[in-house]
Amino acid sequence: MTDTMARPEGGIGARLPRKEDAELVTGEARFIDDIHAPGELWMGMVRSTMAHARITSIDTEAAASVPGVHSVLTGAQLADMGLWVAPLPCAWPVTDDMLNPPHWPVTPDVAHHVGDIVAVVLADSRYNAADAADMVVVDYEPLGVVASLEQAREDQIHAHEDLGTNKAYTWALDPDPEGTQAAFDAAAHTVSAHFVQQRLIPAPMEPRGVLAVPAPHGGELTLYSATQVPHVLRVMVAATTGLPEQTIRIIAPSVGGGFGAKLNINPDEMLAVGLANHLGLPVRWTESRSEAAASTHQGRGQLQHIELAADENGKLTAVRVKIDADMGAYMMLITPGTPLLGSFLYHGVYDTPHFGFTCDGWFTNLTPTDAYRGAGRPEASYAIERAMDLLALEVGIGPDEIRRRNYLAGGEAFENLESAAGLVFDSGHYGPSLDKAMEIVGYDDLRAEQARRRDAGETKQLGIGLCTYVEICGLAPSRALGGLKYGAGGWEHATVRILPTGKIEVVSGSTPHGQGHETTWSQIIATKMGVDPADVTVLHSDTALSPLGMDTYGSRSLAVGGVAIAMAADKVIDKARHLAAHQFEASPDDVQFENGSFSVAGTPAKSVHIQELGFAAFTAHDLPDGMEPNLSEQVTFDPTNFAFPFGTHVAVVEVDEETGQVDLIRYVAVDDCGTQVNPQIVEGQVHGGVVQGAAQALFEHAIYDENGQLTNPSLLDYLVPSAAEVPTIETDFTVTPSTSNPLGVKGVGEAGTIGSAAAVMNAVCDALSPRGIHDLEMPATPWRVRRAIEQAGGGS
Amino acid sequence: MIPAAFDYIRADSAEAALAALTDHGDDAKLLAGGHSLIPLLKLRLAAPGVIIDVGGLDDGLRGISVDGGQVRIGALTRHSELEHSDVLRESCPLLAHTASLVGDPAVRHRGTIGGSLAHADPASDLPAAVLALGGTLVARRKGGEREIAAADFFTGFLESALGPDEMLTEIRVPVSTGGWAHEKFNRRAQDWAIVGVAVAEGGRGVALVNMGSTPVRAAAVEQAIADGASPADAAASAADGTSPPTDNNGDGPYRQHLARVLTRRALEQATS
Repeated sequence: MTDTMARPEGGIGARLPRKEDAELVTGEARFIDDIHAPGELWMGMVRSTMAHARITSIDTEAAASVPGVHSVLTGAQLADMGLWVAPLPCAWPVTDDMLNPPHWPVTPDVAHHVGDIVAVVLADSRYNAADAADMVVVDYEPLGVVASLEQAREDQIHAHEDLGTNKAYTWALDPDPEGTQAAFDAAAHTVSAHFVQQRLIPAPMEPRGVLAVPAPHGGELTLYSATQVPHVLRVMVAATTGLPEQTIRIIAPSVGGGFGAKLNINPDEMLAVGLANHLGLPVRWTESRSEAAASTHQGRGQLQHIELAADENGKLTAVRVKIDADMGAYMMLITPGTPLLGSFLYHGVYDTPHFGFTCDGWFTNLTPTDAYRGAGRPEASYAIERAMDLLALEVGIGPDEIRRRNYLAGGEAFENLESAAGLVFDSGHYGPSLDKAMEIVGYDDLRAEQARRRDAGETKQLGIGLCTYVEICGLAPSRALGGLKYGAGGWEHATVRILPTGKIEVVSGSTPHGQGHETTWSQIIATKMGVDPADVTVLHSDTALSPLGMDTYGSRSLAVGGVAIAMAADKVIDKARHLAAHQFEASPDDVQFENGSFSVAGTPAKSVHIQELGFAAFTAHDLPDGMEPNLSEQVTFDPTNFAFPFGTHVAVVEVDEETGQVDLIRYVAVDDCGTQVNPQIVEGQVHGGVVQGAAQALFEHAIYDENGQLTNPSLLDYLVPSAAEVPTIETDFTVTPSTSNPLGVKGVGEAGTIGSAAAVMNAVCDALSPRGIHDLEMPATPWRVRRAIEQAGGGS
Repeated sequence: MIPAAFDYIRADSAEAALAALTDHGDDAKLLAGGHSLIPLLKLRLAAPGVIIDVGGLDDGLRGISVDGGQVRIGALTRHSELEHSDVLRESCPLLAHTASLVGDPAVRHRGTIGGSLAHADPASDLPAAVLALGGTLVARRKGGEREIAAADFFTGFLESALGPDEMLTEIRVPVSTGGWAHEKFNRRAQDWAIVGVAVAEGGRGVALVNMGSTPVRAAAVEQAIADGASPADAAASAADGTSPPTDNNGDGPYRQHLARVLTRRALEQATS
């Protein structure tokens, strides 16, 4: 393609090195643990060692005598101090009758999961706080423990005794159950499959932490928190503590990853604010890994039952899904809604005339669940993509062919197509995605090699797994969220201003925790305004600098926040055009804007760069009549539709049938996230996402025993894979611009996770297929694989 | 993640370390590379009153040499030094290879062979290799020194024959260039073995990792090999008499199955 228009270096589409990296790799970046306030007190949490127990007494005497201890406060004492006007918030009451037992930062009477806070120590150092917390003696009266989703469903023992049931809600998207049943009755082929989405621990590189700094005489309070959601947090601190919202400032410093674990409103945050405000002293806390495992929310936790009906050619006629979702012990910010984020995607990329989905939410005496990378959508993608492989076996055709026969729009390009679940998919083109992935991986050659190994009876068998996924991101149109009873809007705010010296400041409502917003936003400005991205600085993550925002989760930053920035830049350009026209003594309609410069059509000698106009707008000595000084514009963008990225992933595994070991030896990801601003950042997101999904398939599982005790709370036992366990991820892309926003962007933060668990498990099951093994629970550990082989009659 | 309080003594000589050990006895722990001890401290699974740091010492406790038919390794020699030592690769390639299997590069640059052996973790790689090689461990205490056969050294889970006033100073293994192999089965590169097997001298020495409360010699396998059995036949008895642990990675029968498979594979390598 010949492009005669000279573009600024580093604009949209450029592989610009990340602006953020220098301070990260040199250690200059300041994380929560690098920030200190004089006189600060450390909190040490005394956490319940029992999954469900009534607290009969707490002896704090020995702990209080530890040197450096300021005070030791029990839940009952804290309740009397009136630090909070409301329990921790749940912002997504998915039904009118949803049960939502109160979740106080420190429980005053009954502990509902291991890790529930029962008392807090304040001390002058982290060490003294830990020592003293160890010395608090709590007596418990054990209560019946609901230690699994299966047990919750039996509803014999109750996770909250006073509720009388474990069922929190039933939510359905089932417009025509009779029609669906009729489709099953008439089906030539059916599939009925049960899948388990095991609980996962998000494990970001930086654990969570807080520091609350009061200004007792200034009447305000600053809360530093390793959070993805400073703006949401500010509202919730006000609502929970009763402090006037305008006196609260939230700062999220450098944040080392989140994956959803940092989008919650946590007990420690409300404790720090409440105690700092009460004492007039700074209060801080940093979680340990074991605390993170026991108390920061976990992901997934579902039992899935998916049924497919198809005609004799394998063409889907109905998809019916029943989910049981593990809420854990309490409803946190979006606990109940997280499984429902997948509800619209259980038919995947496929065309089906009938669709029904029902979800029951259940309380257990386990750590609460909430959003974890993909949040509901990896679960949906897993269920439909595993089930499609089972349908292919049932019909007797290949996994590629079953997909081709069922793609929406027959695999051809489409725009604004209504799905069976009632959403309008912005754009898609699934056929080329599959073609490209199969070509890159060398699908036919792999099948030949697989056949050779099978014939030779080799120990290491090959498995090939496909997954074509679609996800919903760009959360979200505020009206749509309102219809789902979500307690917030889905807009994003941006300000763009040209400073007097011509440099550009962008204020982002969307807050990064590793994604590279500073780079990406600069690239959008570079292309829009024709400037060097180095001239752009992005302000974010501090409610005093950026008072309006809806923050970062659900792959929404670019498709909502990035679009807001582009729109604010357009408003600045438009105002600057009027100023340039005034200087040119021309009509604004005659002023053209190209590569950052305004000029009058036909008079190229007269030209002014947009950055030069900053000073004139600042001095305001000679502005057009009625024009306000300065070039600073803001936009709040509320999208009209979600965005629906998609792609096809192929996993190739080697299964050692003697040991059960599964090695992921190849991984090809062909993703389509619409227009790409920085392909390098996109690839990085795909790499990380793929590994996180493959980790669910092969490694990670928060394993609880029958007493509700987590058996693997440390990174010694909770197996987060490292670079050594994964192959080079082979990435490629198709580009189908979104119709939901003017940039044509979709979002890519969760895509890898949404495609990879299904692709890897399809590959594992494909390898074991000759033994009659067609399904296996995640994670496919060597022990589990070996047991399946033995049960299928495979000797040693 | 926060250790309990302890007193810290940085020993400036082996003698000073031994004197401190004599003074504090059971309440003291030696710190070398720290990669076994510090995690225990941070999880509060160990809470010694005194830590005696020998990690900075040389004092004849570091280095690899060959003396007659013996390879002598200072207890403070780091895994990375074993892994990359030309002397060791020539005189006892099994031990050099085993060292390369320990943890990850960061661990291998801190951890020491003496620390690993004295920690006596049955899931560690080096104890089984030293056992398969029929090594000897030198223990020194204030005013004396003794030699302990590797076969007598590991007495229980995280327990060794070292007295509270003794420090492991040297590891001696015979020069061993016959067929060797070390098969380590784990999930992630940095993890302990779920099961492992070290084979020396074509199967005359075979020892298992994580198949009981101590590293164990697979005596029946060694005997079968000595009697001329094939690797497959010899390996069939690899799990005889073992009582391996059950954890999230596997139960006893699975570990026994792995021991047989890995032993066969290791013997095949060692005899090919």
